[in-house]
Amino acid sequence: MSESAKPHHPSPQGKGEKTHGGDFSYVGIDAILEQMRRKAMKQGFELNLMVVGQSGLGKSTLMNTLFKSKVSRNKSVQSDPEERIPKTVEIKSISHDVEEKGVRMKLTVIDTPGFGDQINNENCWQPIMKFINDQYEVYLQEEININRKKRIPDSRVHCCIYFIPPTGHCLRPLDVEFMSRLSKVVNIVPVIAKADTLTLEERGSFKQTIREELRANGIDVYPQKEFDEDAEDRMINDKIREMIPFAVVGSDQEYQVNGKRILGRKTKWGTIEVENVAHCEFAYLRDLLIRTHMQNIKDITGSIHYETYRVRRLNESNAHLISQPSDHPAGSLLQ
Amino acid sequence: MAQQKNLDGYVGFASLPNQVYRKSVKRGFEFTLMVVGESGLGKSTLINSLFLTDLYSAEYPGPSHRIKKTVQVEQSKVLIKEGGVQLLLTIVDTPGFGDAVDNSNCWQPIIDHIDSKFEDYLNSESRVNRRQMPDSRIHCCLYFIAPSGHGLKPLDIEFMKRLHEKVNVIPMIAKADTLTPEECQQFKKQIMREIQEHKIKIYEFPETDDEEENRLVKKIKDKLPLAVVGSNTIIEVNGKRVRGRQYPWGVAEVENSDHCDFTILRDMLIRTHMQDLKDVTNNVHYENYRSRKLAAVTYNGVDNNKAKGQLSTKSPLAQMEEERREHVAKMKKMEMEMEQVFEMKVKEKVQKLKDSEAELQRRHEQMKKNLEAQHKELEEKRRVFEEERVNWETQQRLEQQKLEASRTLDKNKKKGKIF
Repeated sequence: MSESAKPHHPSPQGKGEKTHGGDFSYVGIDAILEQMRRKAMKQGFELNLMVVGQSGLGKSTLMNTLFKSKVSRNKSVQSDPEERIPKTVEIKSISHDVEEKGVRMKLTVIDTPGFGDQINNENCWQPIMKFINDQYEVYLQEEININRKKRIPDSRVHCCIYFIPPTGHCLRPLDVEFMSRLSKVVNIVPVIAKADTLTLEERGSFKQTIREELRANGIDVYPQKEFDEDAEDRMINDKIREMIPFAVVGSDQEYQVNGKRILGRKTKWGTIEVENVAHCEFAYLRDLLIRTHMQNIKDITGSIHYETYRVRRLNESNAHLISQPSDHPAGSLLQ
Repeated sequence: MAQQKNLDGYVGFASLPNQVYRKSVKRGFEFTLMVVGESGLGKSTLINSLFLTDLYSAEYPGPSHRIKKTVQVEQSKVLIKEGGVQLLLTIVDTPGFGDAVDNSNCWQPIIDHIDSKFEDYLNSESRVNRRQMPDSRIHCCLYFIAPSGHGLKPLDIEFMKRLHEKVNVIPMIAKADTLTPEECQQFKKQIMREIQEHKIKIYEFPETDDEEENRLVKKIKDKLPLAVVGSNTIIEVNGKRVRGRQYPWGVAEVENSDHCDFTILRDMLIRTHMQDLKDVTNNVHYENYRSRKLAAVTYNGVDNNKAKGQLSTKSPLAQMEEERREHVAKMKKMEMEMEQVFEMKVKEKVQKLKDSEAELQRRHEQMKKNLEAQHKELEEKRRVFEEERVNWETQQRLEQQKLEASRTLDKNKKKGKIF
């Protein structure tokens, strides 16, 4: 058998790409990457981020810093004090279409004002869980429709960033309750808010305490250990897991430092640079969320959290259950 | 009104302040300070920084080990000496405040504690022998506000509303190195606005006649609430050793008034206004408590809401007379009622007894009848039995005779045979 595939045995992937005139060993299968890229650029991406935390922890500022523009809800400084802290947890969702180097993204930031602000915070996580499950429900309904849309609009929450107040001691009961409930339905990334309160030693010991508490309570935050696919993934993710929770500082104001204009916070004793890894871990968070793991986050949401919801839901409502096509990915789950 | 009189010579009572001073130095001072705030806001560190002692030593378990299910109130005492003056400082800590998921009524243990201290003082004041009067009333409550940068939380507002009439509340912004100067300004304004809106009466610095002092006081008032930073560690900065917090981007100095308001707090709390805090506690808060408590005691039973806070218009004796009459009338009524009830009960009992007697009688008759019937039956049986017996006896006699006859016959036969 010849060791090279002749160019005139057409493989469908080879179409549309330039043929290497004298190169008989090149089929052109790798050109699919280029096609996918072009398709993705045309389609654009969707990312839904939810931010949860007490008011005053810098959630909106961090979102603005992350996406380098004002993407979070409009905070009017002179609002009435009565309406500043809502009596129950509200869910406010704001969408933006951002573009960079030809890649379009529909970014949705879901804010949860009123979480953990009341005197009695029992069940303040319920509106949030309901919202997340509602998004899954909408997607599910679309999916089991007989006439489906070509591309189902994805409003599922891909990632939930949970803000831990920088007490420096340990997780509060509210934090533990919330995270243990929500780590089962959505990817949670815990961050230490306003990390410029802590010195480096305090930061280290605080992180240690938090990691132990998360382990002790069985809370599985992103990246989850069980979804590592191979050794390479595990290595990368282990490094990330050593750093969780990220100690972040957000800022949307620019200052001049050493001739450069950078985002930061200026105090009387120094300027905190947001993107300087010696100062805070914002850069790591941004890399994780946007530059390296965004697709992974979306995959886990789609293939694991959503599927769990779907299985539960379809088992509950037997009336809606139509016969499953055998090549449907969920069919294998049900077996 | 006393007239003012100018003296012709030197009398010498200008040395009175010195005498007071010497006496108080000998006696020593007491001061009780309460710190309230969520865990992790730096209360212990601040106390250590304020008094330059390790009240909370390194061995004292940190809040992560002291997670409480309910709010506790803990007291620690320390005796500090400086320049010949001794101060017995009591720090009241409130671990667990605002830490739970449901924080309703987390202020209740604190209010109870303050009231109990007032009550102790009231009791010791009303005693016959008043030699020893230890003053453990809370003179000042430092309330720590978390540096969110937005405003007061519902918990903060509730707490301050309930405590501003009982103790001197001084709100402070904790961990102020979180805020930039602009954020800090805005936050302070916002807090003061909210405090005024909810009509919370925080501790007010008194106006004095002295111009100098007034200016100082005004400066302090502009900076309320004070934004503080605490630290136990000493760091070298430009060759000087200062208390501060070391960050990668710089050192936040605790005692630098550009960086935070710690020096103002310390001066105000210890150097200038400690005595005033004690006076306000004694004259205002304690008196409020006392009049409320005593008015409630004398208006026992009558509408307390009306009487609260007002002193009685009648003399205590007339009041007591009236009370006694009321009481006696009440007693009489109760007595009558009880008698009625008693009679009714007695009647019932008597009726019951009669009924049961009749019942017994009936049964007795019944049983007698039964017995007679049985008796007759037995008689009958006996008669029958007697008859049978007689029959059987006659039969037996007959049989006996027969047997005798056959036996003699046999005997004769035998005799005859032998012959």
